[in-house]
Amino acid sequence: MSETHTATISVLVENSPGVLVRVAGLIRRRGVNIHSLSVGPTENPAVSRMTIVVDTPPDRTEQFAKQLRKLVEVRRATSIDGAATVDRELALIKVNATPGTRMEIMEIANVFRANVVDLTDRTMTLEVTGKGEKVDAILSLLSKHGIREVARTGQVTLVRGPQAT
Amino acid sequence: MARQIEPPSTKRASRAKTMTGAQVLVEALRREGVEVLFGHPGGASLPIYDALYDARDVRHILVRHEQVAAHAAVGFARASGKVGVCTATSGPGATNLVTGITDAMMDSVPVVAITGQVPRPVIGNDAFQEADVTGVTMPITKWNHLVMDVGDVAPSVQRAFYLARTGRPGPVLVDIPRDVSQESCTPEFLEGVPVPEYHPALDGTPKQITAAVEMLAAAERPVIYAGGGIISAEASVELTALAERTRIPVTLTLMGKGAMDETDPLCLGMLGMHGSVFANYAVNEADVILAVGARFDDRVTGRLRDFAPKARFIHIDIDPAEIGKNKPAHVPIVGDAKRVLGALAAQARAPKIDGWWAQIEEWRQRYPFRYRQRDGAISAQYVCEQINRLTGGSAIVATDVGQHQMWMAQWYRPRGPRSFISSGGLGTMGFGFPAAMGAKFACPDRQVIAVVGDGGFQMTMQDLITAVVHRMALPIIILNNGALGMVRQWQTFFYHDRRSASILRNPDFARIAEAFGARGIRVERPEQVDAALTMALAVEDGPVVVDILCDPEENCLPMIPSGQSVAEMIIDE
Repeated sequence: MSETHTATISVLVENSPGVLVRVAGLIRRRGVNIHSLSVGPTENPAVSRMTIVVDTPPDRTEQFAKQLRKLVEVRRATSIDGAATVDRELALIKVNATPGTRMEIMEIANVFRANVVDLTDRTMTLEVTGKGEKVDAILSLLSKHGIREVARTGQVTLVRGPQAT
Repeated sequence: MARQIEPPSTKRASRAKTMTGAQVLVEALRREGVEVLFGHPGGASLPIYDALYDARDVRHILVRHEQVAAHAAVGFARASGKVGVCTATSGPGATNLVTGITDAMMDSVPVVAITGQVPRPVIGNDAFQEADVTGVTMPITKWNHLVMDVGDVAPSVQRAFYLARTGRPGPVLVDIPRDVSQESCTPEFLEGVPVPEYHPALDGTPKQITAAVEMLAAAERPVIYAGGGIISAEASVELTALAERTRIPVTLTLMGKGAMDETDPLCLGMLGMHGSVFANYAVNEADVILAVGARFDDRVTGRLRDFAPKARFIHIDIDPAEIGKNKPAHVPIVGDAKRVLGALAAQARAPKIDGWWAQIEEWRQRYPFRYRQRDGAISAQYVCEQINRLTGGSAIVATDVGQHQMWMAQWYRPRGPRSFISSGGLGTMGFGFPAAMGAKFACPDRQVIAVVGDGGFQMTMQDLITAVVHRMALPIIILNNGALGMVRQWQTFFYHDRRSASILRNPDFARIAEAFGARGIRVERPEQVDAALTMALAVEDGPVVVDILCDPEENCLPMIPSGQSVAEMIIDE
């Protein structure tokens, strides 16, 4: 096996039942590990966009996109390795927070432009948006306070500039 | 090659008459030109069978096991070039199709499977004979669909046939709940292309075709490596034209057998694990390889990095995902083999390769296929050679999987396409006899022969009764070595000859045949072979089982052991 790296593939699919299973099943049986997968509607209600981040050897990414294109429900699959892109992910982080540690956590939140979306006498829930690395960084800073729960959306990506993703 | 997003251009043309979903299905089959389908009924498909009862022009062939229906559909498709159709009921009926559908997927065979499903209100409830068949078959079909609305029956069947036969062909499954089959509707069939968003590229780009022409013209040791895509695309004429115009030698994959006349001196026969020494040597030394309709399967290439190490590759395939999958293509051409080879044949210039041919002829003289005849024992290769001689390569031969398959691939030299039907990618034991039945239904006027092993035949031989019922002129030649021969051979070579579970105690196949109402002949001595084969080929009113007791110690050579290269080829000298 050649070394793996993280590749992003953007897939436009027909909005019909079972498409997610088809895409996920294809990824599994081609022996590829999914880092994250996000799905949502697009400007066209008949079409959804999946942004899939996978671990593949660099020379296999295009092959993988080609396999995805063979699914009848897949209208477009682009390997956006190397292109200039905007990548974003949203995370909700529920962290232990006592009246004594609240201010420190607020400071961390400010640096990362995170919003406080819930507060109790024992916990605080932050909402942070950014690249995956930014989310990783705030998680690492918050970890000493004790992270109770995390929900991350997985990465969504669009290519910069006028061309289509 | 991104597909464009475009609004569906397909319109629905209405028809006034009210029909049940099952009747719509039968009408849809009729419109697709289906004359024969293979199947077995059951609870969830009762409405479908009731509709078939009235359809005199859509002939249903009742088999005794659904696996046979799927393999017969494959044999039918591969012999005729039309879409093969099989049908089964829900649950166990449908899951019995799975092996045959997978076989069709691996070998890119156009097959449509119609399955019954439990009624809509109980789907997901673990109902009697319920199985998630679209879930089960998702990775083994080109497309599948659960029909949840009676109005969707006609378009689904139209899409299924279109997808099965266009682009890279493959199996498609349509799952129809019983209550959908029973419900009435006014059917609406789609006009025009039923899947407008699916449009495979057919013509290679002119720039790449020019690049291929130049690369071939400048080649010193070129080889054409042609696969099953030639047969799917009906491109034999174009392949032969290109070979004749350029005098470039052609080697064929197992799936490509018969893609050109194998008695033509330009044809080197099969390459790969059990291919000819000269074909493998030629590929090993080649400086340019034109691969067309072939997918660099591991049974062809062995260890990938040592396959054709001196070659640059031109790769033509209708499936973009095959190009560069296993070997990088220096000239990639996505397109239909018939069109691209036609363009190439028109433009190609012959390279200067007299010296190359002298080398190939020397290999061909030195390393022909050969076998020994032990005293009193029947050599399986001798039988294969006799089948080739008696038919002149003009029969359709369907094989099972194992030693006998490779021996037939070595010794049977078809004169044209759709004459050698064998399970390639999946290697499905039990395939040969049902596939031969399917081929005979497709081509009743051609001689069709099943060549099977004693192991594989026992996986589907219950359907001898089907061949008897339809009085099929079908010789079934069993190369009986009392073993799972290829397993035994690998044990001999690679497992210190420890014959674990590979030796068979067999029934008397000739007497079994007679019990089914077929003819049965047992052949025990070499001098009986010729007469038995001649008689079996002449019978016109039913199947003949010819049980030929062969030398159990014979190995299939030459052989490139799995994952190795030409350098490690085991040659019988």
